[in-house]
Amino acid sequence: MDKPILEMKGITKQFPGVKALDNVDFRVIEGKVMALLGENGAGKSTLMKILTGVYTKTKGEIYFEGESVEFKDTKESQDKKIAIIHQELNLIKELTIAENIFLGREPINSLRKIDKGKLYKESEKLLKKLGVDEKLNTLVKDLSIGKQQMVEIAKALSLDAKVIIMDEPTDALTDKETESLFKVIKELRKEGRSIVYISHRLKEIFEICDYATVLRDGQFIKEERVKNLTEEKIVELMVGRKLTEQFPRIKGKTGEISLEVKNLENEYLNNINFKLNKGEILGVSGLMGAGRTELAKTLYGAIKKDNGDIFLEGEKVDIKSPKEAILKGISYVSEDRKRDGLILGMSVEENMSISALKNFTKSLSKIDTKKEADVSNKYVDDMSIRTPSIKQLVKNLSGGNQQKVSIAKSLMTEPKILILDEPTRGVDVGAKKEIYDLINRFKKEGMSIIMISSEIPEIIGMSDRVLVMHEGRITGEFLGEKVTQEKIMRCAVGIEEVRL
Amino acid sequence: MTLNKETLMKYKSVIGLIVFSAIIAIINPRFLYTSNILNVLRQTSINSIIAAGMTFVILTGGIDLSVGSTLALSGAIAASLIALGMNAFLVIIIAILVGALIGAFNGVVISKGKVQPFIATLAAMTLVRGYTLVYTDGKPISTGYEQNAEIFSKIGAGYFLGIPIPIYIMAAVFIIAYYILKHTRLGRYVYALGGNEDATKLSGINTDKIKIYVYAISGALAALSGLIITSRLSSAQPQAGSGYELDAIAAVVLGGTSLAGGVGSVLGTIIGALIIGILNNALNLMDVSSYYQLLAKGLVILIAVLLDRKENK
Repeated sequence: MDKPILEMKGITKQFPGVKALDNVDFRVIEGKVMALLGENGAGKSTLMKILTGVYTKTKGEIYFEGESVEFKDTKESQDKKIAIIHQELNLIKELTIAENIFLGREPINSLRKIDKGKLYKESEKLLKKLGVDEKLNTLVKDLSIGKQQMVEIAKALSLDAKVIIMDEPTDALTDKETESLFKVIKELRKEGRSIVYISHRLKEIFEICDYATVLRDGQFIKEERVKNLTEEKIVELMVGRKLTEQFPRIKGKTGEISLEVKNLENEYLNNINFKLNKGEILGVSGLMGAGRTELAKTLYGAIKKDNGDIFLEGEKVDIKSPKEAILKGISYVSEDRKRDGLILGMSVEENMSISALKNFTKSLSKIDTKKEADVSNKYVDDMSIRTPSIKQLVKNLSGGNQQKVSIAKSLMTEPKILILDEPTRGVDVGAKKEIYDLINRFKKEGMSIIMISSEIPEIIGMSDRVLVMHEGRITGEFLGEKVTQEKIMRCAVGIEEVRL
Repeated sequence: MTLNKETLMKYKSVIGLIVFSAIIAIINPRFLYTSNILNVLRQTSINSIIAAGMTFVILTGGIDLSVGSTLALSGAIAASLIALGMNAFLVIIIAILVGALIGAFNGVVISKGKVQPFIATLAAMTLVRGYTLVYTDGKPISTGYEQNAEIFSKIGAGYFLGIPIPIYIMAAVFIIAYYILKHTRLGRYVYALGGNEDATKLSGINTDKIKIYVYAISGALAALSGLIITSRLSSAQPQAGSGYELDAIAAVVLGGTSLAGGVGSVLGTIIGALIIGILNNALNLMDVSSYYQLLAKGLVILIAVLLDRKENK
């Protein structure tokens, strides 16, 4: 009765210099939700790109409904009713919901004019089924990420897809949106459609998936019914080793005040007051859009402040640009490595040194490449960044290693205050632990750390003190040892205010 | 060195250039005469110097359409100052400064005014051409026959050790450009800016300043080309340099620099400029009419870029 609709057998993909997939098997069972798991760089995306015809495989066979198939592009896989919903949604923001759903397949009348009536009627049916309450002529750019996701699913349904691949669908969703996504997935399963579900969030796997396939380093590790698995077991399969305690909080005595913010205000922030000590990890929690990143960028000089004062070691400073912030000893590690954290087309070394290039300059403003390489190599060793060499382009590294490069870039400026914005986002479990260890090391060295994170367990597990933000204000302040998930949530949604 | 695929890829433009030259040499042995080769290099110097500046701009993800007009205005100002009897060296400095200022102005409009480079430099191209016509009253300006004009004419028409001066200038420009892009902070920031502007800004780099620099470099080098042309003809033409921006962009793109920014090199650009120069020369040697020459040039650019795209896929 559990019969596979799709089978990939012995899939190998060779990229110049790397074997991304090595003899991988993967099955999709009809009417089931199949979890595809693995650390970043394990080969999940590559496998799905081969399935949907984005990449061509080096070796292996794909059988769809018992028939050997080979897709040359996404169109061919779509024709066979396999749809993929990418992590970074593939919608045209300036078009309406209905136009997006039928993009490229618009119903036309005999004069080859788009049949708006039919377009809207069909779209309406789909949205209704998904329980989305939005006008069809709303532009996609005006929708929340969760709603955009639903539009993507509607698009897949409009193709009458038998296999729907979802790549990290809940990464940017609120809890409520996740809930409604799950409802839809269950509905689709009932209709006999198969879902491939890729996610880092193990809890979701147990909530929604029937089978789990684990990949590691481009190799097939195991396929198992989810009910026979535990979270521990999955992590073990993914990393190939047992994880010790996830959050190794270290007790440390915090020193004198390094940063004081008084009445900071601008477009995004409202009357922000707080202090930060040397050797302290200050966690900043809050929901998306609470103004956490904006607070960080304001301290870093990337966003202008309208009001308020910032004191560094008791001295009032006026920071107008990231350049000045770095000179004054503040560094910021971006929440979005790909967008504004790293220069993906440059090497590991060039990315690491870019903020601190002044320290590597000789006469005739020549860059001292030897010194640059030495220091970069030291950081690579020290932070165990896994890269064949410092000349490797950053885009070829896994998420965790990219994040470490991002952090190394900040460290090279020798900051006194390090602001980490979502330091473990899109990073696999193994690398997460390594990043936590690094942060603790910086703390021990006396650095002041502001850690912004959406993962509450991480905030609780790492922070000496926690700030919670809601709509541009600080609504909660707790000691790390005493805070609970519930306390943080109450302040994050704005039903309670607590200051130490 | 093994001749594997990757090495071939890396040096494909050099290989292309050599194969291309060999074919031409077989068809017409006159191509290899020293006098002809020096001639090709001298002719290429104008475009390649502009293209060197253009490489900086394109590496940041920008474009500079105003170089042809800048060339004309700098040339006209130089010619008129020479005619007034000003010291030739002083004139050279002033003309290059004029070019750099026009470029810096472009850079300010683009960075501070947040105008797209295409539009900003299109406006500058028209503005500067207009001012050149006003300045010259639409007529050529002769450098005159004084001693300073004699010295000035050496830049474009002079020889040193039997090699035309413009070739030395071209070589110097490329060595310096290579040095800046490869070995200095400015060079690193140029690539970074083209690779990811937001990340570069957040890394604490003043990206506005970098933009102003690259357009100033582009303007200054366009002015330098203007000096060479004016010097060689001993007069400045108000319509000089029309369409040169396109030849420069073609050379940069043929050299493998991405119009999206962040990827490419000035070495590629000189090869691109040489391919265009050699093609023109070969067609001249073969007595092909200038109309067909344009056709051939367009085809070569199209084929080269298509091949490049295929390989990068």
